Amino acid sequence: MWFARKEGVVRRLVRDAGHLIRPALVLLAGVAVFLVVRSAIVPKAFGQYGHYRPGALALVRQRPIAYAGQDTCVVCHDDEATARAAGKHAHVACEACHGALAQHADDPAAHVPQLPDVANLCRRCHEKDAAKPPTFPQVVTAEHSGGMACNQCHQPHNPHL
Amino acid sequence: MDFSRRDLFKAGGKLLVLASVGATLEQITGAEPASDAYKMADHWWGMIIDIDHCIGCGNCVRACSRENGVPHGYFRTWVERYQIEEGKQPRVDSPDGAMEGFPPNTRERLKSFFVPKLCNQCAASPCVQVCPVGATFVSPDGVVLVDDTYCLGCRYCVQACPYGCRYLHPQKQTVDKCTLCYHRITKGLTTACCESCPTGARLLVDFKNPKDPVHEILRNNKVEVLKPYMATQAKVYYKNLDGAVR
Amino acid sequence: MIPGVNGFMYPNEVELQWSVLIVLYPYITGLVAGAFILASLERVFKVEAVRPTYRLALLTALAFLLVAPLPLQLHLGHPERSFEMYLTPHTSSAMAMFGFVYLWYLTVVLLLEIWLEYRAEIVGLAQTTTGIRRLIYRALTLGSYNVSPEARRIDDKVGYAVTVIGIPSAFLLHGYVGFIFGSVKANPWWSSPLMPIVFLFSAMVSGIAAVMVLYVVCSKLRKVPIDMRCLDTIARYLFYTFVIDFTLEMLDLVHRTYEADESFRSLDFMVHTRLWFSQVILQIMLGTLVPLAILAANQLWRFSVGVRKAMYMTAGGLTLIGIFAMRWNVVIGGQLFSKSFLGYTSYKMELVTREGLLSAIALMILPFVIFLVLIKLLPPWQEEKPR
Repeated sequence: MWFARKEGVVRRLVRDAGHLIRPALVLLAGVAVFLVVRSAIVPKAFGQYGHYRPGALALVRQRPIAYAGQDTCVVCHDDEATARAAGKHAHVACEACHGALAQHADDPAAHVPQLPDVANLCRRCHEKDAAKPPTFPQVVTAEHSGGMACNQCHQPHNPHL
Repeated sequence: MDFSRRDLFKAGGKLLVLASVGATLEQITGAEPASDAYKMADHWWGMIIDIDHCIGCGNCVRACSRENGVPHGYFRTWVERYQIEEGKQPRVDSPDGAMEGFPPNTRERLKSFFVPKLCNQCAASPCVQVCPVGATFVSPDGVVLVDDTYCLGCRYCVQACPYGCRYLHPQKQTVDKCTLCYHRITKGLTTACCESCPTGARLLVDFKNPKDPVHEILRNNKVEVLKPYMATQAKVYYKNLDGAVR
Repeated sequence: MIPGVNGFMYPNEVELQWSVLIVLYPYITGLVAGAFILASLERVFKVEAVRPTYRLALLTALAFLLVAPLPLQLHLGHPERSFEMYLTPHTSSAMAMFGFVYLWYLTVVLLLEIWLEYRAEIVGLAQTTTGIRRLIYRALTLGSYNVSPEARRIDDKVGYAVTVIGIPSAFLLHGYVGFIFGSVKANPWWSSPLMPIVFLFSAMVSGIAAVMVLYVVCSKLRKVPIDMRCLDTIARYLFYTFVIDFTLEMLDLVHRTYEADESFRSLDFMVHTRLWFSQVILQIMLGTLVPLAILAANQLWRFSVGVRKAMYMTAGGLTLIGIFAMRWNVVIGGQLFSKSFLGYTSYKMELVTREGLLSAIALMILPFVIFLVLIKLLPPWQEEKPR
């Protein structure tokens, strides 16, 4: 008696609410498709080190270098390095003035560096500016040289007169 | 002149260089670096900047731009000039990021100094926190990098950086920033900005290297990071930084 | 020195990153959330008077919701990569959750509620129409033609439950948009725990105003009488939410002014110069105080029907402009000052580029096109057959 009544409730529920299964199925199908696609196209090893593609590290490292670095320069140019070591520019790296020369280090014949534009080069560092540390050698170029190029008096590798 | 040695170099003395400067191996031979040459777990990179040594020459800005192909008008590093009159708002300029240095200013009786800026390589990076997809991240050796094959270009990270260190690369349409010359430091070289700084105002440091001078510098000097109240665990430390700097 | 820049900006800050399209995004999601809340007034809070706008509000919400992700998509440097937000969502990113919140709201709340509400009509139309329309309606039935009174009673109950879930979902959708801005600690103009709740209430204000205006316009176009009891009720609720919204915004303003932290001098200057028109004139005066005064007057005095209609339309229109100005001031204003607090840049809206004015206008027209399609497909009018 009681059992039959319960069965009736279930049957009525299926009859009157059965259509609600349909949007639920559509939704579930959507979620399933999403999960399948997701597992197929998430980059391999994503999350190995953290929430990112570990391949990105190699990608960033791939970039070729432009500045060869002091140690590479002196392999060949140790005479200039020796001259520089005696003067005030001892701690200025070659490429600080001569610019990026990795290509030159790679193939010295194919990439011959140009000499820097002295007027501009020296002034950037040594033109007087109140913001520069007071102990740093500075001049007002117009008063100091009267238009003469810096390297007419100063040797760039050892600028002391 | 040293023709003999240069000839030797050309003729195949590359091995000599390889032995002494393992760093340039890839660049000289074109070969891939040995995969075990660099261990990310052994490093934790940062930088020390000494305000009292910066002369505002802009070498770092030019070198960075050259080394990393930074698009014109955007900056991975730049230099600011502060001029502070007592009791007034500081006057700050950075013409074209100091790409060509600064026009001279000889106004005395001002407190005046230069401040080089770059990505602070924060360990608790607000930019990494907000990236919706994991296209920017702190590498295991402590460098904040961007995966430009994965970046959406939503620029939430640009908004989240308190220091203005990020920009949208106009050609790539992905976010770009200082990599601390990751392609150099993982080969044993220093960054382009440090390499080209004539006064040693910038120093690349490795906190995990017990012999690195950083430990002594931090012990013997009063240092500060930019905007410490942002609590980003910045790893670029400034020596002799003025409180007015933002 | 640099055109458009005063004082000092960090060099990468000169260019704005988030354009007018990002202004549209919170504006549009706000309209969605607000319209839904109005619909729920009838459904959950039993405000019978607003019954004539129930379906209208649902369709308005859907039309705007379908457009909501488009400005974001257009803004991306790489729109083709946006699916990564679903593939590898970064759990610490406020933005990463957008896709999920959006889909939840679209499917589980709005589409389901509309389907349940319209099922009887859909089944009826699937049996009476022909051709393409018949196919569409048959697809919309999802294969079930059971619209017996018992089944409809269950639909009604489930619909009620969906609306109950929908209210916090609408809050989530828009409060969350506020959180995207409010959680940026680097930006003092945004960084505020009040931001989500200010966004929420301004969303309700704009959504209610939009449905109110749409209801009047639709009735005019269809040449049917406007149910003044309904319109008065909507206006009353608009007034209530507006009072809360305005209070919150003023609380934010007073708090900032009183605390006067490091950023205050800089932000204060910005409000008095570059944001003066859009913030003080448009947002606060025209977009808030005037409509508030109009709505308050209607609470105090009884005007004739014609005057009331005109007043409500004026208040609604100004409100929509004011809320748009509010979104503008948040998004654009937050990028006009330097994070060094030493300078200001300016926003030059482009015209015909991907993120330009024309795109923005097209994106604001699109929801109305969708709305027209929707009311053709699922007519919301039911004057003659009360629930």
